Amino acid sequence: MATQTQTQRLGGLVPGDGPILPDVMRSELTKFRSVRSTYATLAAAFVAVAALGPVQCALYASKYPNVSPHDKAKFSPAPLSLNGIVLAQLAIGVLGVLLISSEYTTGLIRATLAAVPQRRTVLAAKAIVFTLATLTVSEIACFIAFFAGQAFLSHKHLETHIGDPGVLRAVIGGGLYLAVLGLLALGIGTAIRHSAGAIATLFGILFVLPGIVGALPQEWQNTISQYLPGNAGQQIFAVHIKQYTLQPWAGLGVFCIYAAIALAAGAVLLTRRDA
Amino acid sequence: MIEIRNLTKRFGDTVAVDDISFDVVPGRVTGFLGPNGSGKSTTMRMIMGLDWPTSGTVTVNERPYEGLRRPLFEVGALLDANAVHGGRNAYNHLLSLAQSNGIPRGRVDEVIERVGLESVARKRAGGFSLGMSQRLGIAAALLGDPGVMLFDEPVNGLDPEGIRWIRKLLRSFAAEGRTILISSHLMSEMALTADHLIVIGRGRLIADTSVEAFIAQSTKSFVRVRSPQLDELAGAITAQGGSTRPEPDGALAVSGVQISAIGEVARNAGIALHELSPQVASLEEAFMELTRESVQFHAGADAAHTPAAVGQEG
Repeated sequence: MATQTQTQRLGGLVPGDGPILPDVMRSELTKFRSVRSTYATLAAAFVAVAALGPVQCALYASKYPNVSPHDKAKFSPAPLSLNGIVLAQLAIGVLGVLLISSEYTTGLIRATLAAVPQRRTVLAAKAIVFTLATLTVSEIACFIAFFAGQAFLSHKHLETHIGDPGVLRAVIGGGLYLAVLGLLALGIGTAIRHSAGAIATLFGILFVLPGIVGALPQEWQNTISQYLPGNAGQQIFAVHIKQYTLQPWAGLGVFCIYAAIALAAGAVLLTRRDA
Repeated sequence: MIEIRNLTKRFGDTVAVDDISFDVVPGRVTGFLGPNGSGKSTTMRMIMGLDWPTSGTVTVNERPYEGLRRPLFEVGALLDANAVHGGRNAYNHLLSLAQSNGIPRGRVDEVIERVGLESVARKRAGGFSLGMSQRLGIAAALLGDPGVMLFDEPVNGLDPEGIRWIRKLLRSFAAEGRTILISSHLMSEMALTADHLIVIGRGRLIADTSVEAFIAQSTKSFVRVRSPQLDELAGAITAQGGSTRPEPDGALAVSGVQISAIGEVARNAGIALHELSPQVASLEEAFMELTRESVQFHAGADAAHTPAAVGQEG
């Protein structure tokens, strides 16, 4: 058609010809920072990590003279100060799911995919923006939690130091765990699309699955339990490696594989299904 | 330019769109008509690369939608005015869409002004009335100043002033040489806005024609005649091959002969005429007639399904 070019470009706005990923990331960042729920959930995760562990450290230090030998044997100063991660993962998990499921709930996904028909790029941009945000928030929170917690423990000379073996890795690892957990949640949310179903699936995998495995014969538990997503991932902020658990980086690696599988499944379904 | 070829979409056992082919060409407003559940929205989603066709092809500017990079520069669409995160304000909603295609920030302010949402641009979209949401959706479609625009029920929820506004807007876009496809169930609105009509019923293409031709082919168009010698006139017209039927007010409805022929028949027979007026069927009547036929045809072949129960929301 002779008029083709003319009808395509009427207004003098000219599209760029560079890669689209940076544009889509900018768009996803705008979406991410322009709803209140983002700040509410990230703040909840931050407070959970930065406050819960130090409080537990203070309580432990104050009741230390009465602590049973059994509990003393289990005590590990760095992980205790990072205990808030267990609570923060609820917030990060919900945020990761909502990042995409809310677009399906509102119908916004159609506007998103009409603007960017390269669907895998949309998912990649969401994953990058979300990971940068969760990593920043949770790393800061983990370092605050560690130093505050150790400060409380130091009253009873129970503290550990950032330079002690495995401690720096555990503190950094706490933030890594939460970031990867967010990606697992995003993958599940993309695959399932419904907020409630995806959140139930995520927490089922993290909290219910270990209970089910716990009902198996002990030998089976010893083999299987260490490969469950939560158990494997949380090794990265353990300092003393118990029997029948993975090494820290191996554990995080296994956790990353789960997240990668969830994201890959989400990407395939996102591409194949009607929006 | 939108080209649709042998497009079919099945949802399980239900055929929502059944082997339709048509072009939407630049420079005119093409109306997309059909009863609820006829497959209009499904077709529009397939044009936008949101739903995958079961078979057949759709191209926009000669490419499949998913092959477009930064498509907002070529295609703008309003598919669902409520498809907005309620907690995000209108400005940020538009900004995120603009950024995804590398459209400069200043353009967001321009389209907000164009649709008249300046005063509420920083308010949460969740509190918008349907009319405001429609304007926001239209603003999103305008972001890349595209040559192809699709609007699904654009006048829904607009007040009369808003309806006039969008009608003028669409007409001006077509006059600029853009390709405009609008669906609506408001036939009167379509009669005022569209130049060309695509009519579908139960997923099948019923008509692809100009608005004038669509109305003219309706049997609801007739000539009203009044005369003191009505019986004589009826006889003379029937002799010319026309058909007549009495109107409730004593006039005669004539169809099947030209209006000029009626006048000449009357003169030749020496019959006085008190009224000779063409009655053009409204688009709505023509539409009802045509889709009823298609519905009856299908109901005969497949009596178990009523049209209302079939397919996705149209």
